[in-house]
Amino acid sequence: MAVYFQKREVVVPGQLLAEGRYRPSYGTYDEKGKIYSTLVGLAELRGNTVKVVALEGAYIPKEGDLVIGVITIVAGNNWKVNIGGPYGASLHANNALRRPYSDDISEYMDIGDVIAAEIIAFDRQSGPFLSMKGRGLRVLDKGMLFEVSPAKIPRIIGRRGSMINMITDHLKIQTVVGQNGRIWIKAPDTASLRLAIKAFKTIETQAHTSNLTERINTMLAGEVSELRPSTPPKKTSKKAEQEADEDESAETEQPSFTDDEAFEDADDIEDEFDDTIENEEVNEK
Amino acid sequence: MSPETKPDFLISPEGLRVDGRRPDELRPIELKVGVLKQADGSASIRQGKTYIIVGVYGPRELHPRHLTLNDKAYLRVVYRMATFSVPDRKRPAPSRREKEISMVIANALSPSLFLEEFPRAVIDVFIQVIQADGGTRCASINAASLALADAGIPMRSLVPSVAVGKADGVLVVDLGDEEDKYGEGDVPMAILPPTEEITLLQQDGFFTRDELLEAMQMGISSCKYIHELQKEALKRAYVKKTPDGEESDDEDEEFDDDLETDLGETDMMEDE
Repeated sequence: MAVYFQKREVVVPGQLLAEGRYRPSYGTYDEKGKIYSTLVGLAELRGNTVKVVALEGAYIPKEGDLVIGVITIVAGNNWKVNIGGPYGASLHANNALRRPYSDDISEYMDIGDVIAAEIIAFDRQSGPFLSMKGRGLRVLDKGMLFEVSPAKIPRIIGRRGSMINMITDHLKIQTVVGQNGRIWIKAPDTASLRLAIKAFKTIETQAHTSNLTERINTMLAGEVSELRPSTPPKKTSKKAEQEADEDESAETEQPSFTDDEAFEDADDIEDEFDDTIENEEVNEK
Repeated sequence: MSPETKPDFLISPEGLRVDGRRPDELRPIELKVGVLKQADGSASIRQGKTYIIVGVYGPRELHPRHLTLNDKAYLRVVYRMATFSVPDRKRPAPSRREKEISMVIANALSPSLFLEEFPRAVIDVFIQVIQADGGTRCASINAASLALADAGIPMRSLVPSVAVGKADGVLVVDLGDEEDKYGEGDVPMAILPPTEEITLLQQDGFFTRDELLEAMQMGISSCKYIHELQKEALKRAYVKKTPDGEESDDEDEEFDDDLETDLGETDMMEDE
């Protein structure tokens, strides 16, 4: 019975972490009752479970993950979707559209479209399979895609979305953060987009340091006050004008979605998102 | 470079080697992690005059598809020497020797990796020898193992590797180019330090049974020393990445609890 690491110590593969009645978890392996690290990362002990939080790594799909994908192929009733990492995903029309739908599903979503979707199945033999039946799962129109290392995503979301909410509040932008390391950003102006990218890049490079939320908060507060010295009411009116052009003013005021938990909490706006795809169909017809 | 000539002796009357080392002394080793920006993981090694850069990509989608393994990831190692890495221009076409060394390195590394976690994918390891001065396959393994760890690929342990040889009848560790060429033999080896399992063992030249056993013992203890260097290089690369350099350690102490809960909670949310 012993633990051989400090709290949040940087450990290397093969390093002995614990011995005795401890349970190996993510990033560790067990050999003859001894637990070793398999990764470079930060070792943690929760209860009697030892785990290593990775600092690098490709995206490996997990059921229930919210991901941002790019459609690469339209094949019959399926869309093939690039979600990053080693595994290409597929999305069946039944999991995205309300029946009846047209035979040619490229009418709804075509190659190059960016979507927010959920992974509904993935195992060693098959998958991953996606679904777009859910709150906030939709085609991501306009905006830009930004990529970070998937290992840093928990840090970008922060505890219960603290980090991402703080950033969106400061910059008045819309974001969707996928577990696969992709972030969709839609900003009212280039300056706030640049600031958002700067914030995400800072988080990515400093992901394993402490007190990060506070530092990002200070940085953004400073930059925003420089960028928009005008009073808050003026800000909103300016933004409203821009949004009116895009005819999407309602969307901007909605809280951004960061992960599944956020979706569950956001019952009040559920209806607005539920039928996004279907609404688009109607428009196109 | 002038044509090389055989040195008068490989072991001097004082018992030292051509470059002044003791028989069980390694050349100075400098390991760096994260030297390439584009690659998912990378490392470089300088071991004496040998200089090698390794880039790792993956796990990623495997092309061509027919190489797919359905139960584990395919480990694709490509060992290449630059045309200017040796005194006589190395012809740029892939040689038989390069292909064999690629295979040998893949075999040495794969027991350390949890390849079965990524079925149907590929892990690419690209090894480029910039300057060759003996011991390139062992140096490649040392650096490739670090680059794989840097890419976040799960592994049982880092893999250290060293060659033991015989020069003028004396067993010597970590052969230089001249000892390799004019010595009597060469035993490159690689181990998994926690269990001392041997993942690479080759031999050329002649060794008696006792000599081989002793050479292996020397190799294992040198590998363990290299393993310490590898661990140190890897930790150095990640501690250095904190914004304020040396401060980082103290800072961690102060805000320990804050970050601990932060990461933990987020991960729990993912699990649900």
